[in-house]
Amino acid sequence: MMLMAAASARAEQPVSLKEAPGRPAVEENCAACHSLDYLRTNSPFLDRKGWQAEVTKMISVFGAPVAPEAAKMIVDYLSANYGIGG
Amino acid sequence: MLNRRRVVQGLGGVLAVAVPGLAPRPAFPAAPSYLTFGLPGGEYDTAVLDALPGKQLLIKLSYRPPNYETPVPFFASPITANDAFFVRYHLADIPEKIDLPRWRLRVAGDGAANPFELTMADLENGFEQVEITAVCQCSGNRRGLSDPHVPGVQWGLGAMGNAVWRGVRLKDVLAKAGLRKETVEVVLNGADGPVTDKTPDFIKSIPIWKALDDNTIVALRMNGQPLPHFNGFPARLVVPGWTGTYWMKHLVSIDAVAKPFQGFWMKSAYRIPIGKFPVIERFLSQETDATTPITEMVVNSLTTMPVEGQRFDAGQPVDVGGVSWDGGYGIRFVEVSTDGDETWHQASLGRDDSRFAFRPWSFRFTPAGPGMHRIIAKATNRVGQTQVDKLIFNPAGYHNNVIRPTTIIVA
Repeated sequence: MMLMAAASARAEQPVSLKEAPGRPAVEENCAACHSLDYLRTNSPFLDRKGWQAEVTKMISVFGAPVAPEAAKMIVDYLSANYGIGG
Repeated sequence: MLNRRRVVQGLGGVLAVAVPGLAPRPAFPAAPSYLTFGLPGGEYDTAVLDALPGKQLLIKLSYRPPNYETPVPFFASPITANDAFFVRYHLADIPEKIDLPRWRLRVAGDGAANPFELTMADLENGFEQVEITAVCQCSGNRRGLSDPHVPGVQWGLGAMGNAVWRGVRLKDVLAKAGLRKETVEVVLNGADGPVTDKTPDFIKSIPIWKALDDNTIVALRMNGQPLPHFNGFPARLVVPGWTGTYWMKHLVSIDAVAKPFQGFWMKSAYRIPIGKFPVIERFLSQETDATTPITEMVVNSLTTMPVEGQRFDAGQPVDVGGVSWDGGYGIRFVEVSTDGDETWHQASLGRDDSRFAFRPWSFRFTPAGPGMHRIIAKATNRVGQTQVDKLIFNPAGYHNNVIRPTTIIVA
């Protein structure tokens, strides 16, 4: 039985993502509204079109303030690192 | 604008406290024993056991907003303990604490002739207190088992729980509001909300006939205690038979309305294709030609014992057990097959707390000989609905009641 440091009031721990181009854009934008474990658990089964649809939904339906060039980087990063079939 | 009431906090948390029936977590688990088979690959190295304040170790699917499911061994008890009950939020601005003396429940809307506000004392003293045992199950429970996978919180088997809910009938509250006869829906909102003001707040409606059902209550207590914070303290709606999406947590307003509510969480989310599922209670004021709001739960079962891969000695009897539930018609029988699905035997049904509750069942058999044995349980409810052999695919991964085998090894 081993354990980490003392419990805090709420234990959100950092969720690491694969080191690759575009990671900062993902961390800066996506993590504003939700933890990054969403991306990891939703993988790998979305293709590029699937990740594009998710990012588009976050922007147009949920109002995430993501600049267009950042959105492209995010889709590129997620498709390449957490997607299937390029 | 970002409104981050809930700030990310640093390291913390605990790991290896015992969850009944679970082995201690190995250092580098290939597939942690608390996760079932069939989930997306990324879940196996991401979901961990973690405890929210006031909760035991549950399976953490996301930290923020918190989505935590109950490990299967807890369902060996037909009542799910408050501190083991699953946690589901859509949006991350969750009140840290509800200040009860200041908390008010507002009852209004264009369908209410006499709008008013209630304090907790008003709710506790001004209305008859009623109690009902009922299953609260997330619409997306088992979404992670969809084949093909679909995006969303990748729930395994534990986005559900069964509790004794105590509170006041919603119809008694509405009666004080002087309901106008043109009321079609009742709209519910909770104190939690989005992190940016561009995100649609989580607001839901139910049809007026369901709001006036004797069994629909504003719950103040759960299993004899105040609601846990993460299950909606101080008051949540309980809509027995219907999926958790309508069970609004941290209730702050109830609006009777004369026109169908148009919010995102009704018009676009939590919808199923028309005609694909055997639904009796429909939400007609929200229905379109193509889709309809999810309403009642489909009949389903969970086998809690034996566990996948469990070993038995040849000649040793095997006790099979679990729980079944449905949309409130009640479980008529549960069948168990121990030979693939060649022959079926009726299980013994356990205590019947209500037609909305988990119905425990059990069956004992002695495997014919050494080898792998596949055990399947299948429930049928009192209106003749049963579990499906093959997934009824839908894009949001709702209503997954596919029969699910457990394989044991006899040697």
